[in-house]
Amino acid sequence: MSYSYDEQMFRQIIMDHYKTPRFKGLVEQPGFVTVHLKNPSCGDDMQVQTQVENGVITEVHHDGSGCSICCASASMMAQLVSGETIEQAQAKKQAFYDMVSGQGIDEELLDEAISLQGVAKLPPRIKCATLGWKAFEQTISKETVEQAEGVTIVTE
Amino acid sequence: MYNTDWTKDFPILNQEMNGKAFVYLDSAATSLTPEVVLEKMNEYYREYGVNVHRGVYAMGAKADGEFESVRDQVQKFIKASSREEIVFTRGTTTAINMVAFGYVLPKLQAGDEIVTSMSEHHANFVPWQVVAQKAGATLKFAPLDANGAVTPAALQSVMSEKTRFVALNHMSNVMSALNDVQALSRVTHEFGAEILIDGAQAVPHLSIDVQAIDCDFYAFSGHKMFGPTGVGVLYGKYACLQAMEPFEYGGAMIDQVQQFTTSYKDAPYRFESGTPMIAEVIGLGAAITYLEKIGYATIQTQIETLREYAIQQLEQLEQVEIYNPHNHEAATIAFNIKDVHSHDAVTVYDLEGVAIRAGHLCAQPLLSEIHQGSILRMSLQVYNTKADIDRFIAATKKASDFLDVLFL
Repeated sequence: MSYSYDEQMFRQIIMDHYKTPRFKGLVEQPGFVTVHLKNPSCGDDMQVQTQVENGVITEVHHDGSGCSICCASASMMAQLVSGETIEQAQAKKQAFYDMVSGQGIDEELLDEAISLQGVAKLPPRIKCATLGWKAFEQTISKETVEQAEGVTIVTE
Repeated sequence: MYNTDWTKDFPILNQEMNGKAFVYLDSAATSLTPEVVLEKMNEYYREYGVNVHRGVYAMGAKADGEFESVRDQVQKFIKASSREEIVFTRGTTTAINMVAFGYVLPKLQAGDEIVTSMSEHHANFVPWQVVAQKAGATLKFAPLDANGAVTPAALQSVMSEKTRFVALNHMSNVMSALNDVQALSRVTHEFGAEILIDGAQAVPHLSIDVQAIDCDFYAFSGHKMFGPTGVGVLYGKYACLQAMEPFEYGGAMIDQVQQFTTSYKDAPYRFESGTPMIAEVIGLGAAITYLEKIGYATIQTQIETLREYAIQQLEQLEQVEIYNPHNHEAATIAFNIKDVHSHDAVTVYDLEGVAIRAGHLCAQPLLSEIHQGSILRMSLQVYNTKADIDRFIAATKKASDFLDVLFL
């Protein structure tokens, strides 16, 4: 089977994040907000942990189990938002949501995550690709951050 | 004898999914609906679609007659001793909840025990957890054998003089393990307890005789046996039903309503409050007629032939791990593809036009028993063909290349 150059590269990126995820594993330290999201219909289960200092996301961790799209996407997410300001991270999050719902691809903001652009053609899998991002989004939401630090929020 | 005569009765099988002819291998979730059931329900709405148990005009009597004749039909279908032992419900889940909250909970005391198993569908699991918690009772679990069944000896091992109620399936929804429910009822009664059988998976495949089984309650759904969604049956021994409290109160179930007190009708009507699912009950009747026309022997032969055909080919594929290869009465194959998450796999099947189930299959306790977070399940019915199995196997071979779906 021969793939186009892009396709071959995208496949490698996805499998790499799936098999060797970045920032995987939670830490037990004060100063982190953890959000735990589940997709009860398929069993995807994702926790995302974020530390924010002076409006900058200093650390992001994730842990969970699920399909390749869910796990690879969470790893890419952590890589993309680490060290970013909340505003930049939110712009990336929006760019990702736009890409997987077929509303254009911002290569500059999404970097390796453009490898998941094919999800836009698989509506039942959009929720797999966005689970990690949705958990991240909740860790930096105003309401969550205003709660006591170290809190774990579980939503389904 | 294997044949494909039944396929043409199911209009949905002319549909496409993702541009491919639709292959339906998810009948354990819901069976497809034959034209005769659709016609019968349409006929109700078009020709006599008025309420039951109310109208004194001729058309109301016609609706009453059609509706109540299904009660007779169900009585014969499961060999109940009287038509008054047949309660129409929204489905198996509702039927089990009616028994859990209307029959078991009011009698339950702290320290009592309820027995179920780890292979139950959530519908026959969660209600018992809740009832046990509310009453301070203990939930006990009958151990499973290698095929996922509960043997009479396994049930006996968890029974005690504290056991008040037993709730087990007739056929499990993931492994399709068949329980000897007659023997399980006997063990239950030896301990002075009562038993409910969840028959949702069994009724599409096995002839049921509730008097021979001697269970106290038996529950099943219409939509898994060629009938419409939204209708099911609770069978109960009449004395049990008469001792059961209504789960819902309102019109139709009452005898006399006074300002501060109300008396209720006798069973089964006391459990059918409000306007019932009239078209669905009538559709259920047509489904029973259709199922009996085919005959259980034909259904079993067809499914066994197809299942063996599929198993033989799956066993050639070293990446496939089958969890219930020896359950020969089974209508399902529970499996995984090594190193492929079930949701990655199911998209491959989807894009090939093949509908199978992935995930926890409403049986998280069982999956934890077999140490799997999620699995794949294909399930068969009489309308499936060898060509369906060929398409299923072709998709299975592609599933290891699960990233392909992102680049089509």
